[in-house]
Amino acid sequence: MKNKILPFSVIIIFGVIFFIFYKGLEDSKIYTPAINTKKEIPIFNTKDFFSGENVKSSNIFELDKIYLLNIWSSWCVPCRQEHPFLMKINTDNKVNIIGMNYKDNLKNAENFLKELGNPYKEIFIDLDGTLAIEWGAYGVPESFLIHNNKIIKKYIGPLNQKLVDEINLFIK
Amino acid sequence: MKFLRFILIVILLIPLSNINAEEADKRNKITKNLRCLICQGQSVYDSDSEFANSLKILVDKKLQEGLSEDQIYEYFKNKYGEWILYDPGLNKNTYILWLLPLLIFLIGGAIIYKRFIVKK
Repeated sequence: MKNKILPFSVIIIFGVIFFIFYKGLEDSKIYTPAINTKKEIPIFNTKDFFSGENVKSSNIFELDKIYLLNIWSSWCVPCRQEHPFLMKINTDNKVNIIGMNYKDNLKNAENFLKELGNPYKEIFIDLDGTLAIEWGAYGVPESFLIHNNKIIKKYIGPLNQKLVDEINLFIK
Repeated sequence: MKFLRFILIVILLIPLSNINAEEADKRNKITKNLRCLICQGQSVYDSDSEFANSLKILVDKKLQEGLSEDQIYEYFKNKYGEWILYDPGLNKNTYILWLLPLLIFLIGGAIIYKRFIVKK
């Protein structure tokens, strides 16, 4: 009797383990955090992209307006892909697009804008990437929809037509 | 004379390097405890990604501002959630994680006790 229970229980245990691991294969291994909506935007001081003057975050983001903060860089290939969508949002002109230039060479960044157009109302710079962390960002590109100094929505990765439609819905 | 000068330089450098080492130790300890969120399975300390490098700079900044280790963990937890810590606290999502080893230990202990100690 004892001889039969042992192999039987071993098979059951392995079966259960196999089932759990098999189920685990289907889950995404990429962790995306719960998107904290209604989070206050951080307060920071930085430099303006064009003039190099000091700017305060409170001067950039006013209440009662909708902003799209876009983190971008000239060395970032997906940023190049999403740029036409930013231009498109800008021509609709319902939202102020603010750029955060992430860990970039300023000359390259200027050339990037010359080549592809400048959809940004204002750009500030984040030279060492610490501002992006204040925002809770992961890297480039990343976009935040902001209303009344609160983050309504966060887009990790490049924007596409579907997301642009979604943004347009929010603006309306 | 050259030798003397060398000794003097070494003596002067010792306290300086100690201070730096202490801060670096603390920085390393903290960054080893933070998960690099864009490179799965690596700590910030191990990673050389843009994200991790910025995080290291920020940890240095916070240390210079005089924040304690726990305050720094709290700061990153606020920004990125519990996942960024390799050493999560005990709450309703993690209690299994904390209690399971204890449970297994107790069950194992009970088996050993029954099989080997009671029998003898």
